[in-house]
Amino acid sequence: MNTPANLKYTQSDEWVQLDGNIATIGITDYAQEQLSDIVYVEITVASGDDVKKNSLVATLESVKAAADVNTPVSGTVLEVNEELGNTPEAVNSDPYGKAWLVKLEIKDPSELNSLMDASAYESYCSNRSH
Amino acid sequence: MFVPHTDTEREQMLRSIGVGSVEKLFDAVPSKYRFPKLDLPQALTEMEAMQQLTDLSLANESARDLACFLGAGAYNHYIPAAVDSIIRRGEFLTAYTPYQPEVSQGTLQAIFEYQSLITNLTGMDVSNASHYDGATATAEAAVMAYHNFRGRRQKFVLSPTVNPQYRETLRTYLQGYEGIEVVGDEKDADPFLRPEDLFSLIDQNTALVVVQYPDFFGRIFDYTALAQKVHEAGALFAVAVNPMALGLFKTPGEFGADIVVGEGQPLGIPMSFGGPYLGIFATRSEFVRKISGRLVGETVDGNGRRGYVLTLTAREQHIRRERATSNICTNQGLIALASTVYMSLLGKNGLREVAELCYHKAHYAAEKIGAIPGYSLCANAPFFHEFLVCCPIPVEEINLHLLDHGILGGYDLGKDYPSLKNHMLIAVTEMNTKEDIDMLCEVLEEVSHE
Repeated sequence: MNTPANLKYTQSDEWVQLDGNIATIGITDYAQEQLSDIVYVEITVASGDDVKKNSLVATLESVKAAADVNTPVSGTVLEVNEELGNTPEAVNSDPYGKAWLVKLEIKDPSELNSLMDASAYESYCSNRSH
Repeated sequence: MFVPHTDTEREQMLRSIGVGSVEKLFDAVPSKYRFPKLDLPQALTEMEAMQQLTDLSLANESARDLACFLGAGAYNHYIPAAVDSIIRRGEFLTAYTPYQPEVSQGTLQAIFEYQSLITNLTGMDVSNASHYDGATATAEAAVMAYHNFRGRRQKFVLSPTVNPQYRETLRTYLQGYEGIEVVGDEKDADPFLRPEDLFSLIDQNTALVVVQYPDFFGRIFDYTALAQKVHEAGALFAVAVNPMALGLFKTPGEFGADIVVGEGQPLGIPMSFGGPYLGIFATRSEFVRKISGRLVGETVDGNGRRGYVLTLTAREQHIRRERATSNICTNQGLIALASTVYMSLLGKNGLREVAELCYHKAHYAAEKIGAIPGYSLCANAPFFHEFLVCCPIPVEEINLHLLDHGILGGYDLGKDYPSLKNHMLIAVTEMNTKEDIDMLCEVLEEVSHE
């Protein structure tokens, strides 16, 4: 399981990368493996939308299940990854890179404080798989 | 009787909703209607029952016995004997919509061919395996548009020239959606409205614009400019079609429709007092994941042999579940098959020939009726096989006279459009002979003198 150290993680398996006041959100390597082959990515927000912490930003569909992706942080949507509409498999092959889902401009970085760091997330996942 | 729940389970359920007994659940039904004493006659023998039912059925006057000029959504066309002969094969007749698709290859292939024919006919990229009828298919277009914009666009523009039943069904389907506004077909709207009259209703909040082709009055418009206007506003454009007309006219795909819906009944399906019919639903490929219902795809198995699968369908029922935009998971399998056999028998040229026959006979009839004193043609636009006649006396009266002469008259538009009292919608198909039409004109002339 790949868990980059520079990211923050949620219990519902989203990751956040903070760059100044810009947060990039995606789903983790653990999550993509659990979902198996992703066949469809539907991003449910658009540039300019204001989103609240824990609100829906995307739905991922695999051959087994559909999963909602909620933003762990409030903000204004700057960009959504349109490319994933044509290349949903990127969520499996490159969950932390090509498969970013949305970029948000955030106002309150303290919302990120409650998130896990890489090692906390790793032990969280290993406890779940037992 | 099969009862899936045990007494204990029923008690638990009643407890959790706080109702004392199952009978209590029916309190809303007035008690005198709950277990009425049925005043039934003595039982009959099979022979007596058959005699009585035969007598009853002989009291019917059907399109087979009469010269039929009634349309308004269901049309009297010739159905080749092979259609019935093929759909009555046990393998097709008894099969329900395929819930175990892999072992229903014949049914899937038939649906795949149906979808292919419909996409060709409508000029769309993808068709689902069908809905119940034209009305429910039209309503599904609205549901799809709503979800396509995730509820953010809330205005649905309906042309008053769309079949009144389709509009009513669409409204019923949208009842549970909050904040939705259906406009355009208000009671005081001009029933003869032209496509450009809808322009002013279309804005950034519009999700869908629905028109009919030919419209309810039989008129044919080129909707290119309207489609453009709808797309400029970022909305979707749905066209409800009579598939028979598409044998002759430009496809909705050519003028920019996003969704094509329609009543498939003219394609080899008997009128049968209103159903079962066939709901056509087709769209462009970019919306393939937004469509409701079932979709059959062709693929190859591990050995490279051709096979058919229910593409994307597991999605709504087993994967998306409560996130699904529609939970329609059935289709009109047998009726879709009938239309497939019909279209295959006729072929592209045959369908065009039927459409041409309808067109020319209808135009012959319209010209003759328009020349009868007291009658006039009132929708000033090109038409397919149905047209509007303004009559000197109430349509109901005229129709009674026609019936005396073995003619089933046209549709009384005053029922749906208060401003169109004394207006009759007359449909002419390949089934109407020149003699039928001449007879219709004679009786109409006779009636106007009274």
